[in-house]
Amino acid sequence: MAHDILENSGFAADRKLNIVGTSPIKHDGWDKVTGAAKFSSDLILPGMLVGKILRSPHPHAVIKSIDTSEAEKLAGVKAVVTGADFPKIKEGTPYGDMTRMVMAQEKVYHEGHPVAAVAATSEAVAKKALKLIKVDYEVLPHVIDPVAAMQPDAPILHSYMRTKGATPNDPKVSADRPSNIVERYELGVGDVDAAFKEADVIVERTFDTKPMHQGYIEPQSCVATCSEEGEIELWCCTQAPFVYRDRLSEILKVDGSKIKVQQSELGGGFGGKTAFYAEPVAIQLARKARRPVKITFTRSEVFRGTGPVSGTQSRIKIGCKKDGTITAAEAELIFQTGPYSGSAFTNAPQAMFTRYDLKNVRTVSYEVVSNRPKVASFRAPCVPQVVFGVEGIMSELANKIGMDQIDFRRKNAMADGAKTIYAETFGKIGFIETLEAAKACDHYLSPVPKGQGRGISTGFWFNRGGETSSTLNVAPDGSVTITIGTADVAGSRISISMMVAEELGIPVDKVRAVLADTHQLGFNRVTAGSRTTFSQGVVLVDCARKVIKEMAGRAARIWNVPEEGVEFSNGSFRPAGANVGEFQPLTIADIAKKTTSTEGAIAARSDMNVTGAGPGFGCHIVDVAVDEETGAVEIKRYTVVEDAGKAIHPLQVEGQFQGGAVQGIGWALNEEYIFGEDGKMQNPGFLDYRMPVASDVPNIDTVIVEVPNPRHPFGLRGVGEVPVVPTMAAIANAIGNCIGVRPQSLPMSPPRMLQWIKERDAAK
Amino acid sequence: MTDLRYEAPNSLNAAVALLTEAKGLARVMAGGTDVIVQMEMDQSEPELIVDIKKIPKLRGISAENGGFRVGAATTGMQLCDHKTFAAAWPGVIDGVKLIGSIQVKGRASMGGNLCNASPGADSVPPMIAAGAIARVVGPNGVREVPVERIPTAPGKTSLAKGEIIASFFLPPRPKGSGDAYMRFTPRTEMDIAVTGVAINLTLDAEGVCTAARVAIGAVAPTALLVKDAGDALIGTKVDEAAIEKLVAATRAACKPIDDKRGTKAFRIEVTGVLARRVAMAALERARGNI
Repeated sequence: MAHDILENSGFAADRKLNIVGTSPIKHDGWDKVTGAAKFSSDLILPGMLVGKILRSPHPHAVIKSIDTSEAEKLAGVKAVVTGADFPKIKEGTPYGDMTRMVMAQEKVYHEGHPVAAVAATSEAVAKKALKLIKVDYEVLPHVIDPVAAMQPDAPILHSYMRTKGATPNDPKVSADRPSNIVERYELGVGDVDAAFKEADVIVERTFDTKPMHQGYIEPQSCVATCSEEGEIELWCCTQAPFVYRDRLSEILKVDGSKIKVQQSELGGGFGGKTAFYAEPVAIQLARKARRPVKITFTRSEVFRGTGPVSGTQSRIKIGCKKDGTITAAEAELIFQTGPYSGSAFTNAPQAMFTRYDLKNVRTVSYEVVSNRPKVASFRAPCVPQVVFGVEGIMSELANKIGMDQIDFRRKNAMADGAKTIYAETFGKIGFIETLEAAKACDHYLSPVPKGQGRGISTGFWFNRGGETSSTLNVAPDGSVTITIGTADVAGSRISISMMVAEELGIPVDKVRAVLADTHQLGFNRVTAGSRTTFSQGVVLVDCARKVIKEMAGRAARIWNVPEEGVEFSNGSFRPAGANVGEFQPLTIADIAKKTTSTEGAIAARSDMNVTGAGPGFGCHIVDVAVDEETGAVEIKRYTVVEDAGKAIHPLQVEGQFQGGAVQGIGWALNEEYIFGEDGKMQNPGFLDYRMPVASDVPNIDTVIVEVPNPRHPFGLRGVGEVPVVPTMAAIANAIGNCIGVRPQSLPMSPPRMLQWIKERDAAK
Repeated sequence: MTDLRYEAPNSLNAAVALLTEAKGLARVMAGGTDVIVQMEMDQSEPELIVDIKKIPKLRGISAENGGFRVGAATTGMQLCDHKTFAAAWPGVIDGVKLIGSIQVKGRASMGGNLCNASPGADSVPPMIAAGAIARVVGPNGVREVPVERIPTAPGKTSLAKGEIIASFFLPPRPKGSGDAYMRFTPRTEMDIAVTGVAINLTLDAEGVCTAARVAIGAVAPTALLVKDAGDALIGTKVDEAAIEKLVAATRAACKPIDDKRGTKAFRIEVTGVLARRVAMAALERARGNI
């Protein structure tokens, strides 16, 4: 079905806005600050059992047998499940791999891989039952590091795996023998070899980054029930209720119409709650026990069992002329993905240089399996890791040709209509405006304080649209409820409510957003790709316009005038001119009141595959100080400059900018998985997996640039992901300018910093 | 899994009796900021918990013979808020302030911090530097034990079955005394020491150091009193030469391990860096008291 709003958004730069652009208090905010909001573990049902998962102590092993008989005999145990309780689906297929990540079948692929689960009347009984389950393992050699996993003699995780995209020109891969390399992906444009010959300066470096956990505060938790008819209800924290339903339907072989997924409030996701873990297990336990089952992960289970984002190894080369024109760029990128594919690594070659108008680019990327938890999305999946390298080289090139850092990037910046290496042609974009705003901001204009170093970096994210389905219902008192199917992970409800209120000309307080379950709406794509406020905005503004049209018709019939004789403005329907007649304006509430005497309820729904998302660009500026005796890095000042298209709720936009930067600071400075020789994670908790605490970061200053996206009714661009993209590169550049050595490896933690400082001194 | 018994006696004798008669694993709990966490993490499965917070004698700070008597279950925040104690022992307060967050310090005690026997416990090196004496009460009576002799290994103490630390005695402060504690952590708070150094020293009217005790934490199985490091300062004006000796002696005393929190080399290096910084801080405080 064609949707007018996708062709003509109705965006008008001179539209007078009353609500959009203000920052009202979030309707769901009060309950969150008082603790009354209902998160995933807050649901308690009569007869509910506690589910616990038994996890593999080995990083790689064959499961020879599992004996659950003793556990089943324990008083209070109501159900035990293993891989045998899940429908058999071929390994090496998307759903075959998905079901094996939830519960191992033939082999375990990482320490913490689930092998069995119990449901019992108490946590203590469940824990005791886990100890009674006997698993006979044949332990296999394991491999954690992706480069080691690529070697021909590495332990092979999947004997059936052959590298997709293998080519005889590349000795690293072969289509003929088992390999841990899932895929080789090549992307490029132009004549790179010839273009490097035109360069006056070429810089080539290698970089590595570590897997980083999303670090959401709310651990995964869910409650599953099953009716006598076999209808499943699932309550959980998720970014993707509809995707969960459809995947559950596939791996459990149950009709989608018999699975209801209700999203709870979400205590952070950042991409990590786009894939399920405990949910299918809780369902199988509930079906077997015929009782509701709740599974709540401990923090240790979150670290050992759920996805971080990929670590990377990269070699990157960029050449430019003395005037700053980049002639060519090249990259070889390696992404670790855990036991199965799923890193979304192709984002990286597509996005790493995009914002610079390059005519000659060559990239080769590899996705590699290894014996560590399967990766999941995290803000701009796989892009910040490689931008860490790209922007390091950009800074080095600017220094070498003696050009201002921002001017050098401006010289190569993409403008409206630029074509990307993945063959998309941009419409209106705001990268140049973002760079100009960065150059003009107080931070960049201020001298670098003595003893500190300053770094800058830029970043890009695609921003997505996609399938979105919503309804809008007008109550007889004129207040409005909207149902949201694209999960609210960051406060999107208020921004979406504001757009509806603006369109209807009613106060935002009259609009309430409801988190729908999967029975109530058509398919909604996952909240990811910075799509939610954009896509939900389009769909619900469309609903609002439908409702206005419907109400205009009713006003016309009440007044007994032709429909075109009614106009709508500022929340009221009025005669379009004196010739129509004299009538008192009717408000939305006036018409809503008359549902009984008119054609009944006033409601609208809109279901579309939303297009027209505008790409996002950002520029970060950071000042750091380094304690050269301990290697400690202190972030002294940080400014995020980014194009939001139009900030619907500026405080929310600032929060996204700041949150992205703070997560990047953690990734840059201290966060890393530490594995022992035995392949076990040694730091599965917040004490030793060092995310930053509040006192580790300064206030993050923000500059919101607004270059409207004309494909959105209010000009919005997604802002969720760009803010993390430049962070680690900007900090590394600042450190480089402070100590004279630009780090090429993450994390830039004190022991490693001290080592680099000593190496610097030794080289003097 | 075993049934957990919780007791909260209101006298020291009752607590000692409960612990003495306990069959399985018994844990003394003050703030619970370690005991409960370890139970949650399945690292400890006690059959008996003896909560000592209800014993009045174990909480509070009082003057005694020119020094202080501190109940072992006195919370960190009580110590921080006690103006005369904090003024007399700023280095001990440096350590207490670094334990967890304000919320954690509202529960956690120095007695618990010591008996948990983590080599990285932040209040322990400054207590050792202060020359604090633990009063240990048990089935066989009372004994007075220097704090450095309580922990024997990570998670282990010299306390016998049935024994509880009832209180600490911090000795009188001569004029010209100052103490300080610093630790190194990758994060600014909510972290655990990679290394920590405490120094307590006394200057005479001419600024000559007449007494000095140096203790280090997180760089050996237990916090250590480093006699050589203290001796390096005694008889000097704590000049550069003395500080260099202090740094060398402190580094020499480190017996760290490589682990997830730091490498041996990094710990030894930074311990020396801290020793210098802590000496300067203690010196400044001492000079303010002459």
